[in-house]
Amino acid sequence: MPWWAGSQSKDHVKWVAHVGHCTVPLNAPGQKAFALLMKNQSLLIRTGIILFITLAGIYLAFGPRRTPTAADFTLTGIRNNLAENINLGLDLKGGSHLVMRVKTDEYLAKMTATDEQAALNAAQTVNLPVTGSSHVAANGTYSVSLELSDPAQAEAVIEEVRKKVDFTNWTQSINGNTITWSLPSNIQTVLKNQAVDQAHRIIESRINLFGVKEPTLQRHGAESAGQILLQMPGMDDPERIKKTIGDQAKLYLMKIVSPANPAPITKYPTLEAAKQSLGGTIPANRLILPYTERDAAPLAAPTPDPQTRPKEFVVVENPPVVDGSELRSANAVSTTNNRDDYQISFAFKPSGAQKFGDWTGKNIGNYMAVVLNDEVKSAAYIKSQIFDQGEISGKFSKETAEDLALTLRSGALPAQIEYQEERTVGPSLGADSIRAGVTASLAGLIFIVIFMLVYYRGSGINAVIALILNLLLTLAALIVMDSTLTLPGIAGLILGIGMAVDSNVLIFERMREELRAGREVAEAVSLGFDRAFITIIDTHVTTIISAIILYLYGSGPIRGFSVTLIVGLLINLFSAVFVSRTIFMWLLERNPQMKKLSI
Amino acid sequence: MFEFFTNIHVDWMGKRKILIAISIFLLLAGLASAVGRQFTEGGTDAFNLGVDFQGGTVATVKFRQKPAGDEIRSALQSVGVPDSVIQDSTDKDDEVLIKVPNMGRREEECPRVDESGRCFVKKALDTFGPEAEGASTLQDNEAAAYKIVGTDSVGPVAGAQLRNQAVIATLLGLVGILLFIAFRYDWTYAAGAVIAVFHDVLITLAFFSIFQWEISLTVLAALLTLVGFSVNDSIVIFDRIRENLTLHRGQSLYDLTNSSINQTMSRTIVTNGLVFLSVLALVLFGGEVLRGFSLALFVGSITGTYSTIAIASPIAIWWQSKLGAAKVKTVRAVSTGKDGKELATASRRSVTRRPVTR
Repeated sequence: MPWWAGSQSKDHVKWVAHVGHCTVPLNAPGQKAFALLMKNQSLLIRTGIILFITLAGIYLAFGPRRTPTAADFTLTGIRNNLAENINLGLDLKGGSHLVMRVKTDEYLAKMTATDEQAALNAAQTVNLPVTGSSHVAANGTYSVSLELSDPAQAEAVIEEVRKKVDFTNWTQSINGNTITWSLPSNIQTVLKNQAVDQAHRIIESRINLFGVKEPTLQRHGAESAGQILLQMPGMDDPERIKKTIGDQAKLYLMKIVSPANPAPITKYPTLEAAKQSLGGTIPANRLILPYTERDAAPLAAPTPDPQTRPKEFVVVENPPVVDGSELRSANAVSTTNNRDDYQISFAFKPSGAQKFGDWTGKNIGNYMAVVLNDEVKSAAYIKSQIFDQGEISGKFSKETAEDLALTLRSGALPAQIEYQEERTVGPSLGADSIRAGVTASLAGLIFIVIFMLVYYRGSGINAVIALILNLLLTLAALIVMDSTLTLPGIAGLILGIGMAVDSNVLIFERMREELRAGREVAEAVSLGFDRAFITIIDTHVTTIISAIILYLYGSGPIRGFSVTLIVGLLINLFSAVFVSRTIFMWLLERNPQMKKLSI
Repeated sequence: MFEFFTNIHVDWMGKRKILIAISIFLLLAGLASAVGRQFTEGGTDAFNLGVDFQGGTVATVKFRQKPAGDEIRSALQSVGVPDSVIQDSTDKDDEVLIKVPNMGRREEECPRVDESGRCFVKKALDTFGPEAEGASTLQDNEAAAYKIVGTDSVGPVAGAQLRNQAVIATLLGLVGILLFIAFRYDWTYAAGAVIAVFHDVLITLAFFSIFQWEISLTVLAALLTLVGFSVNDSIVIFDRIRENLTLHRGQSLYDLTNSSINQTMSRTIVTNGLVFLSVLALVLFGGEVLRGFSLALFVGSITGTYSTIAIASPIAIWWQSKLGAAKVKTVRAVSTGKDGKELATASRRSVTRRPVTR
């Protein structure tokens, strides 16, 4: 039995023997003094431990952030302190709770389709005898196949494809005229995880841009589920956020229809003017996009509002040269370290690099537009052929360049996301729940206190002290662990308190039984604790075991329940057994001949 | 000093058949309700599952002038929501709970927002007047007619996921309990306790089906609480049986169990009575959000107490009568010195077999 649990069997039984049966003869006076000292010491140590833990609990629950003042000990002071120190869950505080899933299978399917096209292009540009291609992207199978007219050329095709397409982790097989690359399931898992992590980062940067206060964004549920949880306290209408998150930041690099550098870019003041230049109608291979000049913006502090800057239009070629999904990275860099001389360097994935290299090689001097969500964000001319690395030139300010790099990096979500769960609690509803829950709990608690005092009389005070200490320490523990109190958490708290009351009842009923059996007070107290302790340990351990399992296998709401329950039960072993017993020891110390116990 | 039930001698085990019959009756009633409702044409489902487990959206709306339920329903129909449940808040006159099923994605009505019933509810309610949007309330926005104060929206996948996860976690928790009780007591007791817990959960669910109370995530929390509560109650009595097994070696298990229940009756009445009254306070003052939670605990606090006597103990005994009595892991006795009365500590030793009479 652990020493802290309060039984300390052997020493204690000896002590009972001394106190309860003063008839036990003690020979030498020295021995008597020693025995007295021993029992005082045991009581002193116990009192010391209790005082220390109680003070630590009060300190942690009420004032770890500053020195307490007199105001902290008034009722409102206590309430404000608790409200400040305890993290309330969204169901109590108000806010939005969104669970979204990244459609990772869609991500893999898109990647497979792109790779198929890239592989086909790679083989065909060097005139290898590839007659057809296909891909499979369903039911956990992702593969790309190329059909050859001459199997002897297989090795050559593979060599060529490998140069352009990243098939490093794919398994490759040749079957007659068909070369197949397929994605092993372990790599699928890795890629899916990467996609979710990437989506996580993108969503994070978007939320930060939006200025949500204290958001919680984390992976949710099993890793394979691909879920992300977003909690936003105080936000009770998440529609705007959902739009921002779900925005498909579509990034394209497109050729601008304009004479080459050094001639300036051909821009049109209105949509109509741009249309006129195309002869009145827009052909399928052209697009007219709005263009806000960024380079021209003065670098002096506050950048002009995008709305007030002149909006112009440019004509671009459709389809785009490459899109944002081909980007591997993007960074703001400066060669001169001048604040207004920043460029954006970017790097493509192999497949994008190939496309981009081909295109830029043929278009040196031409203007290229960086198009984000159907708006030209910047325009620059091609200085030289760019393969996987390049930069967007133009005199960007440091902030502009960093923003743009961020947009490019975080640009597109790897796959669409879908919302699986959305909960909003208005601050008033949350406050109502708290008020109702607290009122009901307090009513229950007050009733319990009155009952214990009436039914167990003097010993009831013991139980009440243990209960209050239990509540205080549980709250302190929740604050220290920085855990969040939710409605299910309160349920756990209630069960914990119920078991705390039960512990006291078990002990007291046992004592009464022993007293009825005609035992001395001290012996009855000792037996009551020792025997009830076995029961208490069994009930507590059982509940803690199931709570731990619930914590391990459950999610959000179930976890909240198990955490408060486990904490409450562990503390109960201290408050209901150790503390309560010490009080009885103290009573018996004062009056060793006690004939009647107030119970 | 006043005490309850200090000296009672009830033959609980003799009443086991009646008690078990009551349980079976309640379980059958629940089953009949669940199955009957499921297969009645146009009737309700077996359980009134909340959006947490079924998917869909429930919006809590505060009105300045509360329209009738039918008006709200027809407003929802006009924006293309066929089935909606309108439920008045039980504790606030101006609040209504509006439950709509998952609507899927409808570009034309609610562009760019998928699976969100909030948008549909808003569209329907806008026919009664504008909403107090954002941070404004009905008090400071004179023109507003209503405000959506809370929504819960759960997609079909997430609903199933929450349900499965809860069921799996609870079952694993029960396995943990089973193993621990088997380790500390015996398999027969472990089975008794776990079957009693199942019984409690099923009876509570039966009440939820019969009265069509809504099952939400908070009800789940309550069911977990009641699992803990019920096991706790069983263990207290098992512990007393274990103690009595060492103290009264001559007695039959049947009598021992009876006297153990009787000896702990005062504790049972006090603890469970207190829990019951606390839960009653929760039912009365706990408010709308806690309603399901409170009701589940209310039923559970009664069945949890009852099942220990009526289910857990008889099963443990019955099983032992079939297996020829268990080797209950007992506790080593320590002399307290006076009359050699034995006091238990935690070490284990198997006890001799003894007859289970009657």
